[in-house]
Amino acid sequence: MEKNNRKGTVLFSKYTRGEGIKKVLSISREDVLFELRESKLKGRGGAGFPTATKWTIVAAAKSDQKYIICNADEGEPGTFKDRVLLLEYPELVFDGMVIAGYTIGATKGIVYLRGEYEYMLKSLEDYLEQMRKDNLLGKNIIGKKGFEFDIEIRLGSGAYVCGEETALIESLEGNRGEARNRPPYPVNTGFMGKPTVVNNVETLASVPHIIAKGGTWFQKHGTDKSTGSKLFSVSGDCGKPGVYELPWGTKISELLKIVGAENTKAVQVGGASGTCIPKSQFERTLAYEDAATGGSIMIFNESRNMLHILKNFMEFFVEESCGQCTPCRIGNTKLLEGVEMIERGEFTFNYVNQLKELGRTMQVASKCGLGQSSPNSFISILENFKDEIFFQNGNGGTHGK
Amino acid sequence: MLVTEKNNMTEEIEELVRRYGRERSSLLPILQSIQRKHKHIPDFAQQEVARLLDIHPVEVFSVISFYSFLNTKPKGRFIVRLCQTISCDLQGKAAVSKAIERELGITFGETTKDNKFTLEYANCVGMCDQGPAMIINERVYFKLTPEKAVQILNELK
Repeated sequence: MEKNNRKGTVLFSKYTRGEGIKKVLSISREDVLFELRESKLKGRGGAGFPTATKWTIVAAAKSDQKYIICNADEGEPGTFKDRVLLLEYPELVFDGMVIAGYTIGATKGIVYLRGEYEYMLKSLEDYLEQMRKDNLLGKNIIGKKGFEFDIEIRLGSGAYVCGEETALIESLEGNRGEARNRPPYPVNTGFMGKPTVVNNVETLASVPHIIAKGGTWFQKHGTDKSTGSKLFSVSGDCGKPGVYELPWGTKISELLKIVGAENTKAVQVGGASGTCIPKSQFERTLAYEDAATGGSIMIFNESRNMLHILKNFMEFFVEESCGQCTPCRIGNTKLLEGVEMIERGEFTFNYVNQLKELGRTMQVASKCGLGQSSPNSFISILENFKDEIFFQNGNGGTHGK
Repeated sequence: MLVTEKNNMTEEIEELVRRYGRERSSLLPILQSIQRKHKHIPDFAQQEVARLLDIHPVEVFSVISFYSFLNTKPKGRFIVRLCQTISCDLQGKAAVSKAIERELGITFGETTKDNKFTLEYANCVGMCDQGPAMIINERVYFKLTPEKAVQILNELK
């Protein structure tokens, strides 16, 4: 596993394997939770739930068995930061899981690796084996009596919806990956009905740094509400696509400059389920309080057809909807049909508006995050690029509103 | 299926059940192992898995039908999954898919007559910065050009 000598202030800063584990075993669980709360770390998958809260609930729960699950089912179009973390920085992810295990009192961690990443499996398992040999996993970890923890890697089988935490748990239990009703949340009733923490790869990778360097250090980066830094997976029309670590609060225009993007028409923030931001809004900042993202940044230049992009997104959702709830199953199909009607020029504005209303209904009525967020790109692209899409030969031009 | 084939399959599944355990949660790893080896999960295997895990065969079928990497009908020895999501699409996926189709003489969704290749589309394989990308069985190939993609297929034995 080669390191690209990536540069970054938090995640890509210096860290040696086991550093966080050694430190954490010398302090109490309460202190770990305190540091975490101090850091204000929020979930990096996109939803942004405070990690300390999740851990505190599970740590306080009384149960003979608890679990820590690392969500490596990175399926959002345009996201590949977890690939980089797992291939180049596995020490951060696995140390983070051990720290979580110690803090919440779990003896078992599970990495749910998406089926598409099966090529990583061998190297990750070798890495875990090495950790076992060095007593960073197993019984009495580095001499701490009574602390036992091990990590297992389980593969997904090509279902985007399994990135949703309850669908992921269903999949681990050997069922169809269909989301559960929430509540109860996994922190109470998770894997095998036991209290379970499900964290994104990047969230767990942030934890060893927080433990080694302190919550206050972490909190100094980023903005007030979005602390620390974020890995952005940048793809599309730019000179240097790849993974970038930037502090939260970076403006979209600044990011475009860093990655060498020119003639940019639109930026899709947050993947297919995120929103499409036109040129006029490039001064917005990337942060939980403004343009939130799980890390996916897709850049489209002036030559791109926004309707084609929207169609690609909607085809994705029609394929990946698990089909258990009606708003998502039927809704996405209807939205895709609408896009195809617009493509053929056989639409009425009345119907398009009804479809947007349908999208808003899906946002509230769908059972899980998939259907709740799939209309985002439909609504934002049709609203921000209506001149291009509906009046191609008129006065509008292609710059969006 | 011949009786000997059935016996071999049963032995194989018994071995998998021993390795992963008799719990329901072992279902996916067991199915994945069968899929990896046989490129599909035949009816008989589904029944055997159900019997050994003590669940209804329909439960097994239900799980298989949910996941796009599991299938009940035979597929080629090499399952080619070309990423169709937007970043790869913008980087020239269409040209690559046309070249592959031309070269193999089949369209996406089909299997070659010699059972060597099955062509499929995949949704985002996480190689957006180095597209177009495809996954063949467990390996990933990226920065494809039509020529390079065809060359990769030709080199597979």
